Amino acid sequence: MEPMIEIRKLTLKYGEKVAIEDISLDIPKNQVTAFIGPSGCGKSTLLRCLNRLNDLIDDVSISGTIRIGGIDINDPSLDVTELRKRVGMVFQKSNPFPKTIYDNVAFGPRILGLSGRSDLNGLVEHSLRAAALWDEVSDRLHTSALSLSGGQQQRLCIARALAVDPEVLLMDEPCSALDPIATAKIEELIADLKTRYTIVIVTHNMQQAARVSDYTAFLYLGRLVEYDLTKQLFVKPSKKQTEDYITGRFG
Amino acid sequence: MNRLWKGGEPFIWLTGAALAFSLIMVAGLVILVLVNGLGFFWPSSVVRVRLDDGRALMGQVTEREQVPQPGAPPGTPVRYRIQLKVGNRDLYGADFVWIDEAKIVQRDEPVDALLVERREWGNLYGFIQGVRDGDREIAQGPAEGWNSLQVHLPDAQAVVDEIRRVEKKEIGAINYAQERLRLHMKKLALEGRQDGAEVQRLQEEMTQWSARYRDRESRLAELRERSRYALVVVTADNQTKELPLAQIVRAYRPNAMGLAAKTGLYLSKVWEFVAGEPRESNTEGGVFPAIFGTVMMVMIMSLFVTPLGVLAAFYLREYAKQGPFVSAVRIAVNNLAGVPSIVFGVFGVGFFIYFVGGSIDRLLYPEALPTPTFGTGGILWASLTLALLTVPVVIVATEEGLAAIPGGLREASLALGTTKFETTWRVVLPAVMPSVLTGLILAMARAAGEVAPLMITGVVKLAPALPVDGFWPFVHLERKFMHLGFHIYDVGFQSPNVDAARPMVYTTALLLLLIVLILNLTAILVRNRLRKRYALAMF
Repeated sequence: MEPMIEIRKLTLKYGEKVAIEDISLDIPKNQVTAFIGPSGCGKSTLLRCLNRLNDLIDDVSISGTIRIGGIDINDPSLDVTELRKRVGMVFQKSNPFPKTIYDNVAFGPRILGLSGRSDLNGLVEHSLRAAALWDEVSDRLHTSALSLSGGQQQRLCIARALAVDPEVLLMDEPCSALDPIATAKIEELIADLKTRYTIVIVTHNMQQAARVSDYTAFLYLGRLVEYDLTKQLFVKPSKKQTEDYITGRFG
Repeated sequence: MNRLWKGGEPFIWLTGAALAFSLIMVAGLVILVLVNGLGFFWPSSVVRVRLDDGRALMGQVTEREQVPQPGAPPGTPVRYRIQLKVGNRDLYGADFVWIDEAKIVQRDEPVDALLVERREWGNLYGFIQGVRDGDREIAQGPAEGWNSLQVHLPDAQAVVDEIRRVEKKEIGAINYAQERLRLHMKKLALEGRQDGAEVQRLQEEMTQWSARYRDRESRLAELRERSRYALVVVTADNQTKELPLAQIVRAYRPNAMGLAAKTGLYLSKVWEFVAGEPRESNTEGGVFPAIFGTVMMVMIMSLFVTPLGVLAAFYLREYAKQGPFVSAVRIAVNNLAGVPSIVFGVFGVGFFIYFVGGSIDRLLYPEALPTPTFGTGGILWASLTLALLTVPVVIVATEEGLAAIPGGLREASLALGTTKFETTWRVVLPAVMPSVLTGLILAMARAAGEVAPLMITGVVKLAPALPVDGFWPFVHLERKFMHLGFHIYDVGFQSPNVDAARPMVYTTALLLLLIVLILNLTAILVRNRLRKRYALAMF
């Protein structure tokens, strides 16, 4: 297993409140890793540490190190926008920009300075194909992104994240607002994408974690309880707490 | 009863009643202004009345009301009186008389009764006695006189137009050039260059302009000479009045006109009102300079207030660390919207006019001193004062818009590797534009209706020139200007002839309402287009 992300002794506090305590784990390259756990266990916070989106919140203090591709992401000399270009993110609530479908996907590349018409067209098509949305929207690229259905919007957000060609894709409960059919499509997409990207997904849906992920981390009250191959964790958990959670005894 | 309250029915009635009440008040206001304002231009019939003391009067009925009879025993018959606009101010001294209907012995509407709108002294009512060319009589009697008038009036009016053109355009340009030359020479003198080639050249140029001026003067004299036709009118009480045709704006016989002719006249009077220059200390003629001044002032104000308000709101909401200080600033900004407008006017005078304008004068226009250029009220300072007055509205609206933008939108952009500025510029700003425009609409509505601060920062009763004209640099922000709101106040309450001016108050108010409406509708249309484009439907 080749680790893409190495987390060492990570502790995060909101003011005095400890949200993540002493977590260390390695996330393998080109695999899907799922974070599971009950609400408030810190799984989303942990995910947002990986692209430093927690910087936006006042009063956050972080100790420990996170290395992505060998680079310490909390290094003060590191340009956070460079990091975020390498680490894309898809949010729980689909949040396309109130622009056209085309402009949504082209947003990132344009910021990066890509302006050639044909280059952009190619990139938009490529990203939409990668997000399995091209066939549904190719004839209406210049209509508002908000006219899409919920599932399509979420795939558009994936396409938008892919358009800047990241190495890692973070997904924060990407299917929690979707119906089962849309969810199935996204899950299928995740399986396709892992050949090119390292994917970290937060989910409160254990079946989903079992279906899509290769590795699973179970967090509880800000601590990492168990981290293992998904097959191993769901079939034969080594900790009692994990077993209780995945069998539905609490959470 | 208890169940009725619990069901909430009375509350629904209450809310409905409150809405209905508000609507009725607004509709009543609009209808009052509409009826009083639009009726003013209608050429109503000219009535001749003979009173029991033998006097005869002729004019248009403007009002009819009950005569108050305090202390009269019950059962006394109700008496009415009419207000007659008899015009002929030069003969009678006043335009209006009240006549007790009981004293009228005869009342008719003579077909050949003539109404003349004059450039001075208001309307003239009477009958045509004849038309003269100098001392020679060229037409006699009402019918012949009327036909002769139709022939000669257009010529006379063309001459008047030509005189006005020469005065305003040609002599105006000469005066403007001479004034510039004079200032240039004074500037050279200030720099200590009393003589030399340049001064000589300027003096020569000045002489040339003076020659041109004399040439135009003689042209004017020649034109004035040409308009020697005069209309002789006899009034209802047999006074004769000779009126040069050049004095006539319009002459018509309302009693002989059909509906179509009256409508045509009505429209032409409305057009004169909207597009013409004021006459007779603003009580007659048009209000175009005031319309122009109002719209231009609102535009300049928008130009200043939008960027200022938006930037301030962005700092407060997007960049400042939220805390007690920012809350205090926010409360202060909100309270600023409640400061009486005259206070802003005083600030405008003290800061913009005396300090900023005075400094500009000393630095850039020393040759014109002691006559101030920017150091006196002007459209720029009035607009800036109003921008200050309305900036809280824009800040509050923008801030609320920013607060309503879902955080997910900003995160989505930042997660793509944009900087905070790129996110603000490319994602937040477009999404908040509808709110900015809402703020601007409110600001414009407030600014267009504000009068008090303008009275001390640059509005005048009669401005000699528009702030935009054909002389370089074309836009003259230092000029004083006219404003509809102030026009209403001035005409209605400062006019020497209040009865004559009263209808103008309503028509001007109507126009002001209309302009505010048009400005707002434009902004609303733009906003709706933006909303469609940046619809935040999913959030």
